[in-house]
Amino acid sequence: MLQVLDIQQLTMDFGGLRAIDGVDLKVHQGEIVALIGPNGAGKTTFFNCVTGVYEPTGGRMTVRPPGKNVAVSLNRLKPNIVTEHGLARTFQNIRLFQNMTVLENVMVARHCRTRSGILGAVFRNAGTRREEQETVDFSYGLLEKVGLQGHVNDLARELPYGAQRRLEIARALATEPFLLLLDEPAAGMNPRETSELDTLITRIRDNEGVSILLIEHDMKLVMSISQRIYVMDYGRLIAQGTPKEIAENPNVIKAYLGETFDA
Amino acid sequence: MTAQISPFIRRAVSEVVQSLLVSCWFMFLTFPIMVIKVNPLERTIDWQWMRLVWIGVAVFPLSFVWRYLMRRKEHGGAQDGEESWQKRVGDRLRTDRKISGPLLALLAVFVVAFPFMFSSYQTQIMISALMYVMLGLGLNIVVGLAGLLDLGYVAFYAVGAYSYALLNHHFGLGFWPALPLGAGLAAVFGILLGFPVLRLRGDYLAIVTLGFGEIIRLVLENWNAFSFGPSGIAGISRPWFFGADLSLGQHTVFLYFIVLILVGFTILVVNRLRNSRIGRAWIALREDEVACQAMGIDKTRTKLTAFALGATWAGFVGCVFAAKTTFINPASFTFMESAIILSIVVLGGMGSIIGVIVGAMVLILLPEYLRAFSEYRMLVFGASMVLIMVFRPQGIITGVKQHYRFGQKESAQEQGERDAASA
Repeated sequence: MLQVLDIQQLTMDFGGLRAIDGVDLKVHQGEIVALIGPNGAGKTTFFNCVTGVYEPTGGRMTVRPPGKNVAVSLNRLKPNIVTEHGLARTFQNIRLFQNMTVLENVMVARHCRTRSGILGAVFRNAGTRREEQETVDFSYGLLEKVGLQGHVNDLARELPYGAQRRLEIARALATEPFLLLLDEPAAGMNPRETSELDTLITRIRDNEGVSILLIEHDMKLVMSISQRIYVMDYGRLIAQGTPKEIAENPNVIKAYLGETFDA
Repeated sequence: MTAQISPFIRRAVSEVVQSLLVSCWFMFLTFPIMVIKVNPLERTIDWQWMRLVWIGVAVFPLSFVWRYLMRRKEHGGAQDGEESWQKRVGDRLRTDRKISGPLLALLAVFVVAFPFMFSSYQTQIMISALMYVMLGLGLNIVVGLAGLLDLGYVAFYAVGAYSYALLNHHFGLGFWPALPLGAGLAAVFGILLGFPVLRLRGDYLAIVTLGFGEIIRLVLENWNAFSFGPSGIAGISRPWFFGADLSLGQHTVFLYFIVLILVGFTILVVNRLRNSRIGRAWIALREDEVACQAMGIDKTRTKLTAFALGATWAGFVGCVFAAKTTFINPASFTFMESAIILSIVVLGGMGSIIGVIVGAMVLILLPEYLRAFSEYRMLVFGASMVLIMVFRPQGIITGVKQHYRFGQKESAQEQGERDAASA
């Protein structure tokens, strides 16, 4: 299978604190991979390194966009360039553009796939108008896919919590990624919303041809949708494998339930 | 029975006591300025006790009104009802062509006829109000849309004014070629300021821009060889009008129309920018910088275009200002100007074009027409600013949500849904 993301020996130090310690991680095309671990294990820091928010202290990060036979190094790239290369992410604590409409939120994410500039905006020539209409239609199409077509002209902050999470996914998809990084997409969702999310994520993988790497605490969701799971604790990778292997791994059980479990 | 009445009475008494306390407090506060009047000739002090009584009497009922308004504001429900009422009127005015058409036509006729209906003095005031509309709209790009708090906006205004004045003084360059040059130079300065402040936001950005504004003013004040220092530049040419020799009054009318056209141009451009790919990037940057970058927007470029395009309008207005007064010196470009322009944006309603226009009209025309009250005019001015910010912190007019049209199929479907919902 084709690798789309290859992380080798990723290390991140904050002063004297080693938040990530030599982590290797691979995502293959069309896979759903989960990254789990107790709070403070370094999962979100890992995402921030990959997406260019932090510059890692060491390690190599490479992506291979499917269809193009090239490997791109993500080291030292700015977040917007990483997105241009085809990685998109959502945030653990929702970061929508609160005072923009739902549609505008998605339209913003089309920025790196559209080209019209200042003069185009002022003169509104045919090319700009066409691009603008395409942006609107494309964004609306995505909102339909995540089931938000009824909220198009609402402000993002007026949406219910679960809908905000789905809007974040639609916004990330608007950048036309080949790899989607979801940071705790089910956090704060009720069981019904979580099972809807389960179908949504699988559908995105199947229909959009997007590989998915997700951080999640909801074990039921993780076990049901992911092909492979990586487990982190204290910045280190302590286990990896299929959901079945992980569920039986003694190290993982120890990390989650503490030493007393052995006694 | 008494058990039912007593809470009501108790509340009434407490209200009255509260108002009495407020009255006393105001009497105490205003005692030094209202009561004591020093007579320097006879070296005596006149005690104007009656004034104190009047203040007490005036404040007493006003404090009831104040508390009523505050309670209404905190009581969310009442305000929501009002909001939707305002929204309905606004939507109606915007969408119903039968109403908006004639209203706009009436406004256009009034605006065009203005200099012929009123005196030259009134026209002058209106010119400066319109200039502030442009300044406000320009700063609105930086502060209202991109969310970058700029306290040194006046610097770009000065750049525009001085570029016309100096080009005119040294090379005899006319108003028309200087207009784009001044705007271009201001844009360049906008980018120059933009580079060092790219990493800053909020308070830190405000302080650096404040410093930048002061630097420009101090340079103009002290670099005598370049800018003629505090004595300024006099004898700047008025705008050329097909070689015609205009009288002062005619020049004023001509300038009025120049500014009017420029304002129309500004509104058109700013409105189009706001509803474009770049405008959305600015707003996204304002809303959340991290998410904005994660969505593939180049933060550096977006910030620089905001600074440059904001500064451009200040450059335009600077040229107009130099042509209007025919004399400029650094005293016209103090921090007070920046503060007023920022107030226009914030009071009018951040990010809203109509809001900025209303804000400029209120803030520039109010002090002019309050001249009748001479000594109290700045007091009224300040009080009205406080009142607007207390009761309408979002500004007089808030931004309008942009509604988009989708492809044929979707829009029909949405229409159907709306009909179904309303039925």
